[in-house]
Amino acid sequence: MKRLLKGGRLVDPAHGVDGVRDVLIDGDRIARVGRDLPADGAAVVEIPDGLVVCPGFIDMHVHLREPGQEHKETVATGTAAAVAGGFTAVACMPNTNPVNDEANVTAYILAKAAEAGLARVYPVGAVSRGSEGELLADIAELKQAGCVAITDDGHPVKTALLLRRALEYAGMFDMPVIEHCEDPSLKGDGVAHEGYHAAMLGLRGISGACEALGVERGVLLAEMTGSHFHVAHMSARASLRAVRHAKDAGLRVTSEVTPHHFTLTDEWLASPVPYDTNVKMNPPLREAADRDAMLDGLADGSIDVIATDHAPHHYDEKNVEFDRAPFGIVGLETAVPLSLDRLVHSGLIRLPRLVELLSVNPARILRVPGGSLSEGAVADITILAPELGVHVDASAMRSRSKNTPFDGWDLRGGVAATIVGGRTLFVNPAVSLAV
Amino acid sequence: MSAPVTTRIDDTPAVTSLRRKDLLGIAELTPEEIALILDTAVAMKEIGSRPIKKVPALRGKTVVNLFFEPSTRTRTSFEIAEKRLSADTLNIAIATSSVVKGETLADTALNLEAMQPDMIVLRHASSGACHLLSRICRSAIINAGDGMHEHPTQALLDAFTIRERKQRLAGLKVAIVGDLLHSRVLRSNIHLLTKMGADVWVCGPPTLIPAGIGRFGVRATSVVDEAVADADVVMLLRIQLERMEGAYFPSLREYFTVFGMTEARLRRARPDVMIMHPGPMNRGVEIASEVADGPYSVILDQVANGVAVRMAVLYLLAGGAEHEAAA
Repeated sequence: MKRLLKGGRLVDPAHGVDGVRDVLIDGDRIARVGRDLPADGAAVVEIPDGLVVCPGFIDMHVHLREPGQEHKETVATGTAAAVAGGFTAVACMPNTNPVNDEANVTAYILAKAAEAGLARVYPVGAVSRGSEGELLADIAELKQAGCVAITDDGHPVKTALLLRRALEYAGMFDMPVIEHCEDPSLKGDGVAHEGYHAAMLGLRGISGACEALGVERGVLLAEMTGSHFHVAHMSARASLRAVRHAKDAGLRVTSEVTPHHFTLTDEWLASPVPYDTNVKMNPPLREAADRDAMLDGLADGSIDVIATDHAPHHYDEKNVEFDRAPFGIVGLETAVPLSLDRLVHSGLIRLPRLVELLSVNPARILRVPGGSLSEGAVADITILAPELGVHVDASAMRSRSKNTPFDGWDLRGGVAATIVGGRTLFVNPAVSLAV
Repeated sequence: MSAPVTTRIDDTPAVTSLRRKDLLGIAELTPEEIALILDTAVAMKEIGSRPIKKVPALRGKTVVNLFFEPSTRTRTSFEIAEKRLSADTLNIAIATSSVVKGETLADTALNLEAMQPDMIVLRHASSGACHLLSRICRSAIINAGDGMHEHPTQALLDAFTIRERKQRLAGLKVAIVGDLLHSRVLRSNIHLLTKMGADVWVCGPPTLIPAGIGRFGVRATSVVDEAVADADVVMLLRIQLERMEGAYFPSLREYFTVFGMTEARLRRARPDVMIMHPGPMNRGVEIASEVADGPYSVILDQVANGVAVRMAVLYLLAGGAEHEAAA
């Protein structure tokens, strides 16, 4: 079956396209992209004015919690949240129970993803067995089973030696090592950004240097090994400085930032809800200078990717004392509205740059399909409604968990539709679109 | 500065109650509310000097003292205050609560709440525990110390003690010396003293000075002589033994050498300096015995005043004179 998306603004930075184009979808593939394509028997879908057709967005940092923590999220609910948030693919972190450190766990996740039939799922394998930092996981087998990268996320790789070995070994397969950058001794039992607000509230601090030290370690080892080192959920301005130096030196170092780290600051610890556990995440919300640095990095290209670090937790787990609550918030269903509102409508970046951050670069870093609307490529498409008023309602989210600090926010810009492999898996009821 | 106010509890001044449900910290209080509590405590202190130390102000009210951390001074002080106001009191200590069975703080609170107490006095090791309870409970929550955050009644009794001696807070130089990083007493005192116009200096090793101190409205130094110079009040904070393990300083002996409050150091302060300590004291660590027991020490006055200040807080949160008029 063929469908022709007709008359929409198409933003495809991989091909330098930003203008009105038609897209012909044939089955699960993009058959043609061009101006005024003939219908030629295809069902014609008129793209209303104001909507923007983009290559499918890829969230390269998501916790789907399955296997083992299905009360927080499952592959099915997480991928439902993904398509509702405009993501055609997600990369899921290995800190499940059991840890995704062997091929059968990877296969289990992929089977669940196939069963759900929603967003594509790219498992990320563990660097070390059990993510315990002692022995390398079976990385080749993980790759064969479908893993696209390795990480011990949730924690940094335990030792510099093991990180070096991981970079060397994964380099053999051209897999990136994704690192949760943090010096454990500096983190201690910290729960919030070390600064004025944490000090006033009596919360133990996590300094920016704690993260930057982990970034510096990885950059040095990337230089030594020549392998690809990717900085997960970067938050501190000192980390960005290290990443910029690495890029200037031509090293294979990339980085991502989350919507909450480019939107919020540590002021949110104190108000509007003091000690709200939905502003507790690791790395923590930083001070304004760090948040502003992240915005600069997004604008000037030194940050490659927007990723959510979608970290679902059950209400009961978050409804405890701040220092006892788990780190993390959900992000899949708020990332696109926050990005449009805070980055595009604020005038910081333009749409093609946003598409690089959400589609082109994650595809390139993970070496997965997508990131462009090429003829013959998979038909993974995100259609944006940049002017749509979006009211965030946590209770209506598809994710099994509702732990978000953005509940009740009104944002400008949303998702109109999400198409994965030619199948329309989400259409926003607030948009008149029959795709 | 005005003369000490001698409000009596049967007077009807313009503001007679704290128009708030909880006392979570000094941070939320206005200078007027702080003054109201301190003025009311003057009247409450008088009750404690009577042969029959009991008034019916909280008759029929139930107050739960919920203590998740060991405390002698604060818990007994609250309990005496509650009894002097004729409240029905219930003490729950962590060892006897169902927390050991894995119950969450929220569930503990809801279960207590089901028994309809009017007030819960909470001491907890986690900063913000009182805020959590306040969002869950209809009862008034009184913070008796939450983690490293605040200990508002301690700061109020400290201010009461200072005002009793100096007749004012504004313009006084108050030096607070010790473990600034981990101290809830420090945070409450900084809020209170800066709101009331005191010149607050804080002093400790750089390892124990919190980040962002520059925005606290105080002067921070690690030079103890500078902090103490011309001080009207010197307040020492407890140094805990386990801080050595965190490598905050090498040894208690060395701490005393650099920061310990001795008579020699005190000579730089004003001749009528007051020495304060929230307790429990480590003699020979943050304070020399001759200072703790010396003529400038008001440490036991602080304990005595704690009862009056806590009576004032309980009374005012219960509605003060307005409540009594309605009863």
